Amino acid sequence: MRETLFQGYQGVVLGVVGLLLFVAPPFLSSFFLTLLTQSLIYAILAMSLDIILGYTGLASLGHAAYLGLGAYSVGILSTRYGAGFWVALAAGVLLAVVVAGIFGLVALRATGVYFLMITLALGMVVWGLGHRWVSMTQGDNGISAIPRPKLPLPWSFAESIPFYYLALAGFLLAFGILRVIVRSPFGQTLVGIRESESRMRTLGYHVWLHKYIGFLIAGGIGGFAGVLWAYYNGFVSPADLQLATSVEALLMVALGGRGTLFGPALGATIIVLLKNLVSVYTRRWLLILGAVYIGTIVYAPEGIVGALRQWTQRARPAPLRAET
Amino acid sequence: MEFWVTQAFNGVSYGALLFLLAGGLSLIFGMMRIVNMTHGSYYLLGGYVGLTVIWQKGPFVLAILVGALAIAIIGVGEWNAFLKRLSGQELGQVLTTMGFALIFQDLALVIWGGDPYTIPTPQVLSGAFELGQMFFPVYRLFIVFVALAVAVVLWLVLERTRVGAMMRATVDDAEMARGVGINVTLISMCVFALGAFLAAVAGVVAGGFVGVYPGADFEILPYAFVVVIVGGMGSLKGAVIGSLMVGLLDNFGKALFPELSYFTLFAPMAAILAVRPTGLFGRA
Repeated sequence: MRETLFQGYQGVVLGVVGLLLFVAPPFLSSFFLTLLTQSLIYAILAMSLDIILGYTGLASLGHAAYLGLGAYSVGILSTRYGAGFWVALAAGVLLAVVVAGIFGLVALRATGVYFLMITLALGMVVWGLGHRWVSMTQGDNGISAIPRPKLPLPWSFAESIPFYYLALAGFLLAFGILRVIVRSPFGQTLVGIRESESRMRTLGYHVWLHKYIGFLIAGGIGGFAGVLWAYYNGFVSPADLQLATSVEALLMVALGGRGTLFGPALGATIIVLLKNLVSVYTRRWLLILGAVYIGTIVYAPEGIVGALRQWTQRARPAPLRAET
Repeated sequence: MEFWVTQAFNGVSYGALLFLLAGGLSLIFGMMRIVNMTHGSYYLLGGYVGLTVIWQKGPFVLAILVGALAIAIIGVGEWNAFLKRLSGQELGQVLTTMGFALIFQDLALVIWGGDPYTIPTPQVLSGAFELGQMFFPVYRLFIVFVALAVAVVLWLVLERTRVGAMMRATVDDAEMARGVGINVTLISMCVFALGAFLAAVAGVVAGGFVGVYPGADFEILPYAFVVVIVGGMGSLKGAVIGSLMVGLLDNFGKALFPELSYFTLFAPMAAILAVRPTGLFGRA
């Protein structure tokens, strides 16, 4: 493996972070607890985007669509049909996967700028439905009063601490699934496609199919984030679908570090904290968010985890490279 | 019948506005492959600068010129300081230009506040032609005229002048163009300035038509992108046809299927791209 050194620490770091997340709630004010819950949910979205952006090398400008599809599924099913958690969850993820299946057929014919533009147009299709299909989505007013899930457990998820643990469970599940995927031969093939599509094709890999499956996974897990988001917020609106949300997801991945899973989760946390904390102190937080966008590209083009990786590799003697 | 003619006219005039906005964007795309999320901000800022000129008792023509020049300078500054170095890095371009878009959005809010404004238009351009039961507002005809003039000038420059030949060469193959001694950097800068200039013209013109208001930047940006991708990046003909298609689809969609209006706009776009990923007149 290329990053032997770093990966030695990775297990330890992940363990410590996991433990901290688990014991944190009693020590946090309710404000920070809700921020951390938000961070976990956005981390799921950012990690799902990382599958196509970081591992496959395709920048999508329409990832908010899957967040919105999951969220609207919960909103519509639970307020209108009184659907329970599992039904809404299954519907949200399934809808996101099906839509990703259709969008993937269109978008994966292109790469680079064209892929970016096509995913943008497709994202706008979903946004347009959320915005205008008032009889179904209630348009710009959004769907409000979405009840928190009720599960046959002794805790009420209307409380913030139990809901935090629900979000944490969702996050760990998504992280676990994605980590297994990126470490599998399938995930390694995606990385190969990112590095050289033509070489992978020559080696006999079905490049398109790998990309397509990656696209479906990203969509499905993005939908999963949307389901949790709707339950957390109790509210869904076209703002969850808009272009700015898609770009924000890209920023989270880029800020944390593409192709690292953990990095995008970190990036999501930083952006959520920043947005909420800065807006407490100043009304000019958009200005600061804009500066973060530019600063990320100027100062940390490989993201925080990427920068750390370079730093640990430089600090120690370079390991012998026996691999090809 | 009246319905169809009126809607078609509205669609064409909106398409003309989109052409002003997207024509330059298409050239920028074609030449530099820069995904510019700031393009909507140029449109918005242009409108605001134009508004300020009018507030200072300046004439309408001056508002257009000052707005467009100011924004062209801002655009060149942004390109020179950041975008020039990010060629080929789509993610970096998207995030940097998005950062600028947010900063401009917030600055506009600080300077001009959150109220919507309409740019007062000259007396000559108000009123409407009547034709039987149908009304054709003069201002919309004016927009169509401006867009036509810009299209013809752009076409002449691109096809009939030496600079235009250099531009086309750069769109086709920047490396080869550099190899035969074309100053690609300078040409790129000029094209970027031109794109920002035209976006600001669109912003001032739109100010007398749909108004200037916070959020107009991100509202119109997807339209500009769709025009470019459907027409094909770097193709003037594509930008003309793409603008007309988007303008007409948008108008008829909103009039006929209000609930699905954006769907009827973006879904056909996606369908075209499914068949031709590089757009109608684009080259890979």
